Amino acid sequence: MATTALDQRAHAASHAEPTGLWSWITTVDHKRIGILYGSTAFLFFLMGGIEALMLRIQLGTPNNTFLAPETYNQLFTMHGTTMIFLAIMPISAAFFNFMIPLQIGARDVAFPRLNAFSYWVFLAGGLFLNSSFLFGAAPDQGWFGYANLTSRQYSPGLNVDFWMLGLQILGVASLAAAVNFFVTIVNLRAPGMKLMRMPMFTWMSFITQVLLLLAFPVITVALILLMFDRFFGTHFFVPSGGGDPLLWQHMFWIFGHPEVYILILPAFGVVSEILPVFSRKPLFGYAAMVFSGVFIAFLGFGVWAHHMFATGMGPLPDTFFSLATMLIAIPTGVKIFNWLGTAWGGSLQFKTPMYFALAFIAMFIIGGLSGVMHASPPADLQQTDTYFVVAHFHYVMFGGSIFGLTAGAYYWWPKMFGRLLDEGLGKVHFWLMLIGFNLTFFPMHILGLNGMPRRVYTYPEVLGFETLNRIETVGSFILAFSFLIFLINIIKTWRGPRNAPADPWNGATLEWAIPSPPQEWNFAQIPAVHGRDTLWEEKRARGGKLPEPPRVSGQGIHLPNPSYWPLVSALGLLGLMVGVILEPHIGPWGIITGGVILLFGVFNWAFEPAG
Amino acid sequence: MSDHAAAAHPETATGLDSRKLAIWTFIGSECLFFATLISNYLVHKETWLSGPGPFPHEVWKSPAGQVFEPIIEIPLVTLGTAVLLFSSLFVVLALASAQRGNRRGLLTWLAATLLCGFFFVGMQVYEFTHFVHKGLTLKTNLFGASFFVLTGFHGTHVTIGVIWLLTLWILALRGKLPAEKSLNLEIAALYWHFVDVVWVVIFPVVYLIK
Repeated sequence: MATTALDQRAHAASHAEPTGLWSWITTVDHKRIGILYGSTAFLFFLMGGIEALMLRIQLGTPNNTFLAPETYNQLFTMHGTTMIFLAIMPISAAFFNFMIPLQIGARDVAFPRLNAFSYWVFLAGGLFLNSSFLFGAAPDQGWFGYANLTSRQYSPGLNVDFWMLGLQILGVASLAAAVNFFVTIVNLRAPGMKLMRMPMFTWMSFITQVLLLLAFPVITVALILLMFDRFFGTHFFVPSGGGDPLLWQHMFWIFGHPEVYILILPAFGVVSEILPVFSRKPLFGYAAMVFSGVFIAFLGFGVWAHHMFATGMGPLPDTFFSLATMLIAIPTGVKIFNWLGTAWGGSLQFKTPMYFALAFIAMFIIGGLSGVMHASPPADLQQTDTYFVVAHFHYVMFGGSIFGLTAGAYYWWPKMFGRLLDEGLGKVHFWLMLIGFNLTFFPMHILGLNGMPRRVYTYPEVLGFETLNRIETVGSFILAFSFLIFLINIIKTWRGPRNAPADPWNGATLEWAIPSPPQEWNFAQIPAVHGRDTLWEEKRARGGKLPEPPRVSGQGIHLPNPSYWPLVSALGLLGLMVGVILEPHIGPWGIITGGVILLFGVFNWAFEPAG
Repeated sequence: MSDHAAAAHPETATGLDSRKLAIWTFIGSECLFFATLISNYLVHKETWLSGPGPFPHEVWKSPAGQVFEPIIEIPLVTLGTAVLLFSSLFVVLALASAQRGNRRGLLTWLAATLLCGFFFVGMQVYEFTHFVHKGLTLKTNLFGASFFVLTGFHGTHVTIGVIWLLTLWILALRGKLPAEKSLNLEIAALYWHFVDVVWVVIFPVVYLIK
């Protein structure tokens, strides 16, 4: 009965919130932008998943002809690029957007319109990249884009152009968002929210922003050089003109390895929120968690060449990068023991988010251990370009990031939408995902050690790869099915009543102090923070439970004005990039039109009263 | 300004206006952008497989007796560098005038900054054309390619700075840059200083070190 009362109260207050398509197009509310990020990224995640399923069908039987080799190349390239840039990163961004301002007690991010711009540019980049399928020219050189595969000589078509320009657009979105969140966390914390009191998700997100700020400019330059090679006839990565293909690998991995931590640190943060809440204990070793995160990020810039052991760099670089890589196992191990220490002796509440968080630890340990194996150059030389590597990074990217982010989705869903996801369906989702995931990726370790190469579209029967490959394909469909259950859960919850109280899990952080979903201004009054786990402190002081926070009218609370200039600017940028890829006789007009729209958008944005 | 709430809680905020912090953050990120471009130049500067001559900085006589003139014009670029450095001083003076509400001083010093910016961009346009006439283009060799990309992207940054400061100059002319809004100029000036400082690195690396 309590649920209906909540439901009515929510309805009574919701008239103040603007509705309709236009309100979403012009929104500068970090919560709405978070939802836009999350839903868009989830659609891209499903696309990337379908691409993966097609790859798995092709590999399910030896000598299969389901996919032509060219299509296979396009699909594995787009699968990797999509999952990294259009799924995991923006799903993390969805949580940055929705949760960081709530966790630090702010009414919005520092630059609400820049935030909207980031989202629209991300959407533009995703559409640009995927539009390549319509021209039958999807990128086909791998997500790492190694030279010489990307040179005009070996890739004369539009495929690589779509990839390098698409990534360039997405880089703009990431950098704009990183500046925004960096400033938000540094400058917009509520009184008392000192750095060493910040929730762990905010901390890990903060470190992620620093990584984004320092890693993305490098790939930006690498992509610019590639663009000059392809469009203007320079030879940066072309050996016949004195260029060096290995330079690309260095530049790419100086970005690419920090990128790995950009993908995993937010999931670390999510799990560090969930474990204490469902163990009913504060996070074990808070300071060690913070500094191990910082240490991982710092070392992340000094290990890039462990992706390049097979290029023959010589014993000294091999030794250095091998040792630096092994060193990363230490702060990562600190984190794992702290998570275990958090759960140890706690009164564990086995809700769906906790299932995913615990599975995250187990799966990430497997992925981490195979990572330490690659850190040794002789072992790596055996494993390079085999399925062992594919197994490794899926255990960290899927077993780590996706499990962690899914845990976050179940944990924060009631806060974001005012509705609790179904526990029963959630557990079905969990078990199917765990079983499907391990069936898909564990056999890859064995196949890899037996010598099955990556990125090859098929294999002959005599090699004895087919049994394990068939198991993997079955596993991948179970994995896909688990996400169908998730979708059903979402739809079921969507049609159900608004049943979530403000604090369904007995949370420790500020987002649980306000109604679910939060009102536009988040906090009617900016909270004062007196310690870590501030909400637990407050509950203890008030005898265990806080009253349900009322929905208020928000009279007199100052909010930023909606704006469509971020969208106009993003469209200008998209037009400019479309111009670059078009035929020479119309391309320049596209560039000029896009550039003028971009300039027009930015100027109007600058002169528009921010409110 | 908008940061009065932040200033009240020094332990949870820097006390800096968020926009100022944002431009500093952006500048930090830009450091990596130029670091990569400069590294790329250093890797490639001696890759001179074909083109006007093997050494951009000095006269070279080939064994066959052919004489190659140096392509780099140090005096011209030194002048450009000096002008750009002076523009940093001028923008500081413009900001000081803006903060005191001295509109005339603001307009004058900002105009001086802009003139310097125009001169520098003009110098670069001349230099690029001169190189192309001498037979050094993007395609000629990797020295040319990495030179054009590095200095070209720096020039693009200067151009964006010129557009930004020109916008502020027009605002000031229309009386819309009063003392309480001088932060708008301060942010643009921070960007402008950064672009100058980058040139302070590029100038010796490209023009003075052989």
